[in-house]
Order: sequence, then C-alpha cells, then structure tokens
Amino acid sequence: MDSVAQRLSAVGAGAALELRGVTRLFGALAALTDVTITVRPGERRAVLGSNGAGKTTLFNCITGDFPPSSGTIRFFGEDITQFPPYERIRRGLRRTYQISALFPGLTVQDNVYLACRGVSRGRFSLLRPGQNDALMHATETLVQAVHLTAVKDQRVAELAHGQQRQLEIALALAGAPRFILFDEPAAGLSPTERRELIEILTSLPAHIGYIIIEHDMDVALRVVESVTMMHNGRIFKEGPPREIESDPEVQELYLGAGHE
Amino acid sequence: MSLLQSTQLRAEPTAAAARRAFIRAWPELQNPAAWLVALILVIMPVIANGFFLIEIFGTTLILGIIALSLMFLAGYGGMVSLMQLTIAGFAGYMVAVFGMSGNANISLGWPWWLATPMALALATLFGTLGGALAVRTEGIYTIMITLAIGAAFYYFTNQNWAIFNGHTGINTVATPNFWGVDWRADIAFYYVTLGVAATCYFAVQYVSRAPFGLALQGVRDNPRRMAALGFNTNAHRIAAYAFAAFIAALGGVLQVWNYRQISPGSVSVGACIDVLIIAVVGGITRPVGPFIGAFIFVLLRTFAIDLLVKFGLDGNRFRLLIGLGFLAIVFWSSDGVIGLWDQWRRSGKAATTRSGGGRHG
Repeated sequence: MDSVAQRLSAVGAGAALELRGVTRLFGALAALTDVTITVRPGERRAVLGSNGAGKTTLFNCITGDFPPSSGTIRFFGEDITQFPPYERIRRGLRRTYQISALFPGLTVQDNVYLACRGVSRGRFSLLRPGQNDALMHATETLVQAVHLTAVKDQRVAELAHGQQRQLEIALALAGAPRFILFDEPAAGLSPTERRELIEILTSLPAHIGYIIIEHDMDVALRVVESVTMMHNGRIFKEGPPREIESDPEVQELYLGAGHE
Repeated sequence: MSLLQSTQLRAEPTAAAARRAFIRAWPELQNPAAWLVALILVIMPVIANGFFLIEIFGTTLILGIIALSLMFLAGYGGMVSLMQLTIAGFAGYMVAVFGMSGNANISLGWPWWLATPMALALATLFGTLGGALAVRTEGIYTIMITLAIGAAFYYFTNQNWAIFNGHTGINTVATPNFWGVDWRADIAFYYVTLGVAATCYFAVQYVSRAPFGLALQGVRDNPRRMAALGFNTNAHRIAAYAFAAFIAALGGVLQVWNYRQISPGSVSVGACIDVLIIAVVGGITRPVGPFIGAFIFVLLRTFAIDLLVKFGLDGNRFRLLIGLGFLAIVFWSSDGVIGLWDQWRRSGKAATTRSGGGRHG
C-alpha cells in the first residue's frame, strides 16, 4: 500500500525519468514550478489536472520542445537537460501530441517510415529503400499494429480523426522506445476507438514505461499504476489510482465536475 | 497481440507489388508524353539549327538546372533561396579563375578536368555556408538573407579586381576539348547540357523519395515533429542547401562554358530574381516545373522584343510581358504552369465522367 508512494518519492538511481526542481517560465508566468518526479523503468503513470495545470508544458520540458528555465532532467541516469529534442528521442524517449502533429502531405506509410528512420542510421541516405529494407518491414509491422494497413498508401490529410490519432501513436512506437509520453491520446475518439487504444496501451511490452495525460478517467485509470495530480504548475498529489480517485481534495479540485 | 514484436508480417514481394512500386518510383516512365518529350530532346540537333539548339534549348536547360536547385529547396524543403543563381555564378567564376581564359593575369590555367571539380566543390561549399546562415531564419527572412548574399556577391565581383576582374569580368574562358571533340561546338554542347539536365532531373526525382528527401519534406511540413522523431532539422536543411548548391553549380559551369565569359552582370540581383520567376512560373512542386518555366522565360526573352517592335512598341519592354505573364500565372494557379496543366486535366476528366454518367442515366 505504501510501497508505491515510497517508490514514487524514492530518489531512484535506476529511474527511467527523473525531474528535479523543474521550473518553466513564460515571461512572468510560471507554467511549471519546482516539479520533482521520479518514474521507474516500465512504470505507467497518468498525469491529471485541469486545463492550464502545466501537463503539456511538463511534456515539452521533458522532450526539449521548450527547455526548462531551471532544474534538471535525467533519462535513465543521463542528464539530458541541455540536449536538443532529437538527442533525447535517439536515446529512447518518445512522445505523441495532443493535436496530431503529422505530415499531411505524405502517406501513412511514409509517416511511419520517417519515424523509423529518425531513430536509426541513414537519416541522410540518398538511396531509396529496397524491397527487403529492414525499416520498410518495421514500418509495415507498425502500420499493422495500429490497424492502418488498409489506408497505408493514403495521404494523411485524407484520414479520419481516429485514424490520425492511431498514426500519432504509431510514430511514437517506432524504433526501440524506452519511455513514451502520451498527450491525451484518446481526445476525440469514439468508444470503440477508445477500447482499441486501451488494448494498444496495455499490450505494450512491459519494459516500456509511459506517462499519459488523459481527461477520460475510464481510460486513464485502466492503463496506469500510479497517478500524479497537477494544479497551477505544481505537483499536487501522487499515489496509486484508487487512492487519488477517492481523495477528497482531488475530488473537489478535479473529479467532482466529471463524476456527478 | 503483442505490439512491436509481431514480425510475422513479411509481405510477399510479388512481381505485381514490385511493379507497382517501380511505377510509383518513376511515374514518368508510364507517361507517353514524357517519352515523346525525351525523344524530341534527343533528336533536337536534327530538327533545330545552331541558334535554336543553343540559344533556346541549351539556355533553357541551363536555366532550368539552376531553377531546379531552387525547386528542390522551395518545393521539398519550404526554403525560398534567392542565392541559387549566385552559387551558379560563383561556380562559373571559379571555372574562369582556376581554368584558362583571356585574362592570363587572373586565371591559373588549370586543365578543365581539374578546374571544374574545384569550381563545383567551392560553389557547393559556398552554398552550404550560405545555407547554414539562412536556416537560422524562416519564411520571408530566408528570402531576405539569401537575397542579401546574392547582392553582396554582385557588388563584390564589381569591386574586386584581384580575383573577379571587376566590372569587366573574365573573358574568353576556355572550354573542354578532348577526344578530338570540341565540346563547346553546338551539337556536342547541347548533348552535354541535355545529359547534365536529365541527370539532375532524375537525381532530384529519385532523392525526393529517398530517406533524405522524405525527411526534408517532413521538415517542411512539421519541423517540431521531425525533431521529436529524432531528426536534427537544421542539419537536414543545411544538407539540402548543399545538395541544391551542387546542382546550381553544375548549371553555373555549363553557363560559363556557354557564354565563354562571366561578369557581374551574370550574377546581378535581377538575374537572381529571374530564377525565382522561372521556378514559380513553371511550378515548384515537381522537378519538371523549372524546365517549363525556363522554356517560357527564354522564349519570351528571345522573341518578345521582335513581337513588341512589330506592334510598334519599345522592344526593351519584354520584361513587361514576363511580368504580366508572371502575374497571370500566379493569379490563376498556385503552382505555376504545371498547376494549370493539372487543373485542366482534372476538369477534362471530370467532364468525361459527367458525360459518361449522363449516358447511363
């Protein structure tokens, strides 16, 4: 019962992701204030909080889209605070975006192929991939894993919203991910698509940990083992899902509105 | 189902799939019009006299190559560079400086097979450095910084006498002459130009579907996501400038062999902008666009003067025609002449399906 909390607060030498005192300022506005989080390898965690709580900013600091104003970020023990985003990605960090960030002019296959190529050698290759190119096979496997084989030659701009969300996830699974940040992957999905999403998340290999931002508690609490509540750019509460769900302060702050 | 580990999915590469992939990779091989154009270009020396061969088609191909380098950057990379002609001109100057010319005090007198690679290498380096500056900016600032590089080079060549021989430029530049062939003779030079143009065209077409070109299009569409996929987007952009600079340099070498002289007028700001006009008029989404644009540009430049004089107007107004044509094409098509062509074909197809449906109804 207390072990999760202990593990959460432990200064993990073997942590997958370790944030120490991360603060991010936008001018005078502090989007994140002194955030300290430790996530074990393979741990699956939800980040909850109202709009403006700093969840997406937290992701942007971790991936380097916006570097933190102060504090340090360690990824599997390595200090990545000053790394550009692509260096973090090459080390096994992945993310998805809240608003699909895809390449609308390219086909589904090309999108996934780019993701596979980005985390392997030959990014500047002037030679087209042949029939037996290993990355082409990886691409096809990944396209199938997110159920997009039927539309793999279509341009992404022509896809339905749900399919774009699935592609968004496929891009984050390319290569050998060690830790993934999912930013509201269920946004705008139908109930069926949500079930598929849960299936994809729960079937990820056990060594891949993730943090998921999700407003839908039914999705979030089914796929994680720990929860971090954020409020006004600060960590508000941490614990296992049931504990957080039943916490009166949390209910007042966040869950109350959705669970009448 | 276990994600990431299901590797049983080895799609049998059937002959049909391979054929489809091949067609997708080289669409022009399926296009009878492309074969016809290729045939006409190859037998051109039989049809056209020396004037048409060099002044019209040779010049078109050379300008097309230079505009192709802009098409690659703008179409696939979203970077409008106005210094592509400057890079070409730099390569031309280097051919004149390292090779042989009438200005013996400047030219080092290297044989062409040494001077040409040197010129290509230096011009590629020049374009890469310019690109490294330009990638720090986006959109209109890229245009401004590359235009500034072009303008600076123009004024530098005007004022520097030690290397660039000031406003008189370098004259009587030697051209290759080996295996008993004068490669600047009309027919031989036409084939050299055609060969280089075709190679550049297919190289751009090929690279656009290679990892480098695909990633460049990704950087164009969404640089932030590309970084989040592991790509160093700035390095990719600079590499694109290097690739484009090499193509522009090839065009520049051909240009200096064509005119046998080079002077600041060849690298003026106006000429830089002409390359942009050529690319935009032709269309920047496909490599064929710059060549179509160059053909229109050269035809107008050559014949508009006579036409205007015939109508009792000042022949020097031919730029007015080019400008009006530019306005008209940009007004009616977002993608130059090839955009108009696509629109026309689509409306034709729509009309046939409509009439077909009418018969059934």
